[in-house]
Amino acid sequence: MKKLGLIVNPIAGMGGRVGLKGTNGAGIVAKALELGATPVSPAKTVEVLRVLKKSGVEFELITYPAEMGESEAAGAELKARVIGNITSRKTTADDTKRAAKEMLELEADLILVAGGDGTMSDVIEAIGTRAPLLGIPTGVKLHSAVFANTPEVAGQVAARFLGEGLPLREAEVMDIDEDAYRENRLVAKLRGYALVPYEPVMMQTTKEGSVGFELADQKAIARWTIELMERGRVHILGPGTTTRAVAEELGIYDSTLLGVDLIYDFKLLARDVNERQILEAIEGKPASIIVSPIGRQGFIFGRGNQQLGPAVVRKVGKKNIMVLATPHKLSLTPTLKVDTGDPELDDELRGYIPVIVGYLQTRIVKVI
Amino acid sequence: MTYRQARWAREGCLEPLVFELSRAGRKGISLPPKAPARAKIPEKLIRRSLELPELSEPEVVRHYTRLSQMNYGVDLVFYPIGSCTMKYNPKICDELANIEEASCIHPYQAEETVQGALELMHRLERQLAEIAGVSRVCLQPSAGAHGELLGMLLVRAYHKSKGEARTQVIIPDSAHGTNFASAAMAGFNVVIIPSNNRGRVDLEALRNAVSEKTAALMLTNPNTLGLFEDEISEIARTIHEVGGLLYYDGANMNGILGKVRPGDMGFDIVHFNLHKTFSTPHGGGGPGAGPVGVVRKLEDFLPVPVVEYDRKRKRYYLDYDRPSSIGKIRSFYGNFSVLVKAYTYILMMGENGLEEVAETAVMNANYVMRKMEDVRGFEVKFDGPCKHEVVFSAEPLKRETGVTARDVAKRLLDHGMHAPTYYFPPIVPEALMVEPTETETKEELDRFIAAMREIAEEARSNPDKLRAAPTATAIGRLDEVKASREPILSWKMYRELAKG
Repeated sequence: MKKLGLIVNPIAGMGGRVGLKGTNGAGIVAKALELGATPVSPAKTVEVLRVLKKSGVEFELITYPAEMGESEAAGAELKARVIGNITSRKTTADDTKRAAKEMLELEADLILVAGGDGTMSDVIEAIGTRAPLLGIPTGVKLHSAVFANTPEVAGQVAARFLGEGLPLREAEVMDIDEDAYRENRLVAKLRGYALVPYEPVMMQTTKEGSVGFELADQKAIARWTIELMERGRVHILGPGTTTRAVAEELGIYDSTLLGVDLIYDFKLLARDVNERQILEAIEGKPASIIVSPIGRQGFIFGRGNQQLGPAVVRKVGKKNIMVLATPHKLSLTPTLKVDTGDPELDDELRGYIPVIVGYLQTRIVKVI
Repeated sequence: MTYRQARWAREGCLEPLVFELSRAGRKGISLPPKAPARAKIPEKLIRRSLELPELSEPEVVRHYTRLSQMNYGVDLVFYPIGSCTMKYNPKICDELANIEEASCIHPYQAEETVQGALELMHRLERQLAEIAGVSRVCLQPSAGAHGELLGMLLVRAYHKSKGEARTQVIIPDSAHGTNFASAAMAGFNVVIIPSNNRGRVDLEALRNAVSEKTAALMLTNPNTLGLFEDEISEIARTIHEVGGLLYYDGANMNGILGKVRPGDMGFDIVHFNLHKTFSTPHGGGGPGAGPVGVVRKLEDFLPVPVVEYDRKRKRYYLDYDRPSSIGKIRSFYGNFSVLVKAYTYILMMGENGLEEVAETAVMNANYVMRKMEDVRGFEVKFDGPCKHEVVFSAEPLKRETGVTARDVAKRLLDHGMHAPTYYFPPIVPEALMVEPTETETKEELDRFIAAMREIAEEARSNPDKLRAAPTATAIGRLDEVKASREPILSWKMYRELAKG
């Protein structure tokens, strides 16, 4: 029988309604409770479990005690194997990490994680891409691409994954600096990647055989991108799996997934560079930026790639920006966004731009 | 009306292959003892064994009749598959295509002996040119996509003749998948532009997409949402201003036949699907026809040969002497029997009749759209009357019941109707694309609407039944995941699996 892990971050999302922009850190939770916040994770998790139960798919549910999953299972009238120990009402990020590790050891086929970006960052810090994950969107910040659109969809995807099986893909886990966010500054970091079930939103893809579909698209995009690259030009490769595919197609296997790399004459010039290093490298040379939208919101600048700051973008020039995205990714984010931190530059970048979506294929997409 | 499809099977397998029915020595036809042609065939070219099945005539007839009973066709059921224009194919067209003068001629015959066939092609070309508002038409392409490819090759030849290297073909995201493939096959890069919230070309996106690299825009009008591109004049101006060409995909011409001509809208290259608009049977891999018309400035590039009339000698001839031609795109002159059927259809309908085709096709689609308004679960995403087809979204039904457009389409089969096109165009979630065509009666349309209503109700009362559909057909629902992971690639594999 398939094993389904369940980790609930009981306090995720509590800061949302009371305007606290997240609940990372104990002080904020206390403040949220003071402001009258009520838990949102439990009810949404119960909804997911009900959908799973109704699907008729058989699985063994493994979860953590009390509000970290046990109570939710009871709420959906599902039997669960409860592991681990926690201090109820005083759960921490460490509990989440420990739960993920123990479920990995028990060889869970899929771990459902109810929370937000912070919760997901904790989980991948503990187990990386060693077990498939699926996010139940209960947090305030949902920039990561690992969350189902709704709890109901999470239940359906989990049921399909456990029942008939779905292919897996790597998806970005993002988190933002909450302290900065509370001061109205947005600093999003790409925390890493999680392995998630691949469920394309458009049903057509099953007709064309969805297995490895996105990987094939990435390869096709990479091929054409390389044909468009030039000798004597610095190519600034942003983070992400789509841009990584470009490096791999060039035979560069040690590019950074989360950072920015520089490519010159089809070879790796420097890896994981910061803004200053980029500016030095492109001084007096023609340069292009190759980026892919990051996370669920479709940001091409300003989320997860802050190294590509306004100075770099201005120097390279709008016409030398190549945006890559698979059709699947674009179907999730039909418009793209920019937030370079320089409103004037953002305005210049807005409008319609071509996005490379396949071999010899571009799509005109609006940047808002 | 209730429906139950025949299922012919033995030993757990569907109707065997005709080869498996073969028994040595059985005959369906008796040849004269000495076939006259035989003497003329060189010895080394004569095959000693033919590996053909040996059956009696009734066995052959029964075999194919059984196969046909396990299938859907316009001669049997309502076939509202959008963008395919599955209208009834009048029998008189088949009859005339089968007359000896049309069916027993050979492409290597001398021109003087096939003057009638050449005249028919010449006249059909003139008729199609008149209908589309273009100056000349090539009848050769054997299918719709073949015509698209020819169109793109003409685009390439035109720009090359002007010494321009234009690399991009712009295609709206609502277009048929073949458009993208045809442009790529002809060596162009594809630039996809989004549709606006009215389901039409997003003009602002188009203006941002055009440049000195633009070779052409491929456009279907009415588009695949069944909507007329009402800003076509502005679209044409935008493309022509940068020196690009406008290509017309004729898939949906049934909606405008006799009402407005692509040439008058500003299109430079116009493609037809004779097997849609002009009622010749759909090929199913067999003979179709996708003629391509062009405006005057593109005439010289058309494939060879073209049929011409020599006024002095009063005879038709095939003209190969065309130095700017892109060359040949297929052997001989096109699928001639299909051309005969289309020619017959056009003559039979006449000018007014063709106009009435568009009127009735549009009226039927709008009738279905309006009558479906109170069927809960389906919605039309874009306002206003449609042309010859209407795209419903089953998204509300899915939200409410979990039943998908696919389930609805499969269940329609149990009602004795072919399914509409579903999940196309991809810009409409849970799309069901219904094209009733002009050949359906009001009673048949009412029956379809009633079936849709019943299915929507069933989605609420018994969704599992819908997910299991179809159950009245020879073959039930395929497990698509299993089919893509463990495909059964041959009859032999199927037979071995079926027999366990």
